[in-house]
Amino acid sequence: MAQSTLVEKIIARAAGVAAVRPGDIVVAQVDFAFAHDSSGPRRWQPILDELGTGLWDPSRVAIVSDHFSPAADAESAAILQLTRDFARRHGVAAFFDMIGICHLVLPQQGLIRPGAFIAGGDSHTPMAGAFGAYAAGYGATDMAAIVATGETWLSVPQTIRVEWSGQVPHGVTAKDMMLLLCRELGLDNAFKAVEFAGDSVAAMGMAERMVLCNMAAELGAETGVIAPDDVTFDYLAAAGRPIEDRLSALALRSDANADYAAIHSFRADALAPQIAAPHSPANVSDAGDFADIAINQAYIGACVGAKIEDLRMAAEILRGRHVADGVRLLVAPASSRTLAQAAEDGTLAILARSGAILLSSGCGACAGYGAGVLASGEVCISSTNRNFRGRMGDSLSQVYLGSPYSVAAAAVAGHIIDPRDLLQRRAA
Amino acid sequence: MTAGRAFCFGDNIDTDLLAPGRWMKLDEAGLAEHCLEAIDPTFAARVRPGDILVAGRNFGLGSSREQAAVSLKILGVSAVLAVSFARIFYRNAINLGLPAVIFPDAGRIQDGDQLQVDFAFGRVENLSQGWTAAMAPMPPNLIEMIAAGGLIPHLKRRFAAEPVA
Repeated sequence: MAQSTLVEKIIARAAGVAAVRPGDIVVAQVDFAFAHDSSGPRRWQPILDELGTGLWDPSRVAIVSDHFSPAADAESAAILQLTRDFARRHGVAAFFDMIGICHLVLPQQGLIRPGAFIAGGDSHTPMAGAFGAYAAGYGATDMAAIVATGETWLSVPQTIRVEWSGQVPHGVTAKDMMLLLCRELGLDNAFKAVEFAGDSVAAMGMAERMVLCNMAAELGAETGVIAPDDVTFDYLAAAGRPIEDRLSALALRSDANADYAAIHSFRADALAPQIAAPHSPANVSDAGDFADIAINQAYIGACVGAKIEDLRMAAEILRGRHVADGVRLLVAPASSRTLAQAAEDGTLAILARSGAILLSSGCGACAGYGAGVLASGEVCISSTNRNFRGRMGDSLSQVYLGSPYSVAAAAVAGHIIDPRDLLQRRAA
Repeated sequence: MTAGRAFCFGDNIDTDLLAPGRWMKLDEAGLAEHCLEAIDPTFAARVRPGDILVAGRNFGLGSSREQAAVSLKILGVSAVLAVSFARIFYRNAINLGLPAVIFPDAGRIQDGDQLQVDFAFGRVENLSQGWTAAMAPMPPNLIEMIAAGGLIPHLKRRFAAEPVA
């Protein structure tokens, strides 16, 4: 019997065929489609008008306003208004208006389901692959066609398997693992899927698994994916939408002899905190190698780097410490729920006492849209996922990427530092 | 088939260079004026209808923002020749009727060269340097979609053919 990877199984089911092979061109029925205020309704409506049609199935579409939110000017306000009107007119019940970033809000709502074929109007859609879904990003015209017809064509990707083994050391995170992977695998893995596995991944909670799959986008991959297990099921049950048929969901895994394009093995227990220097997520070395880099701004935000778990990492560094003179620390919790959790467990008080500036929950400065962008010549360390030239403000600004630990530690030190130095000083 | 003057760029030309986030709330024409300004401030002013963008590996990596391809189209770029493309940009370009062409020998082309590109036959002719190189022909279904003007005109025909449910 043919052996398939998890991604191939999901695509075959969505395409209505028994099995697929990499390179096959198939038409898949989309289970769930979503977009945000920048890529969604403002681009869809003219196309739907031109086609003379509406949404193929409003119950399978979600819209999340997170890019121009909250409106900083009249143009942004008009985009948010258009998005709101569209959701109402088309009967999109899963419309989330300014409560956080789509890639975190949708899992928090329990809407990301194992085995689903998911199309998202944003490049970080692969984050949903952490739940055992095929989740690929699409541009606005592709998405408009998808929400009009419920289907899309694709060439079945090859799967790359990445195995992590060993216990992830304290102070080291999934973000560090992904930065290392950007350096090792490069950014041009187009038309490939990346499956994460190994005991380090099995031991992770959903927050860290989402980081792995989110940054599969940086590798250039079509989707990241992790086979669902009890950690996945517990998360969805806590979100109020439990999996009824766990046995079927557990069958969603790659066969033992599945055909991978490559299998890479890495040790997590030997990993140091990693930093990506300007202007590429692949320009990566150990945090300790950048100790002479002084910073103007530290930014904790984005789908990848401002979940409650990320804010707690920052608080672990910042408790009883203050942001260095001449440095500003900006924190944009990834969703309203994240903010509420941080308020309830004391994390927010620690951040506030340390001098952090609280921003609204949205994509914000990560995408260069919102508050917290940089001036010419300024240096920022950021818990976000991209540091391309000019992404976060002026084209002559410099952005370093690191984990929330690394960002908080740099905010305290005034320069980049291995965050374990501060964690150990606390323990001593 | 298209012909035009080459504008050469390197590897990893990302979508933040093509469509900078801080100009994303402008309309498409306004945004296009900022296309590639971080690495070539005069590009948008110099490029003329028919000109061809030439680049190295992984062209269009980063965001899904379709404005990266829209901007090139608005500026009149008639094709992008690159050693390889990021997946979302590649789909976006074809969907909008902008030919994205995988050309392994893109590095031989110099800024300002006059090029003639035959998508269906799979051939690039460099009139300035006097050579011709082969590439994989573009699949007929993609040529058809580009000829129709992109995915939406293509779908329009389908919706016109189907009775409204």
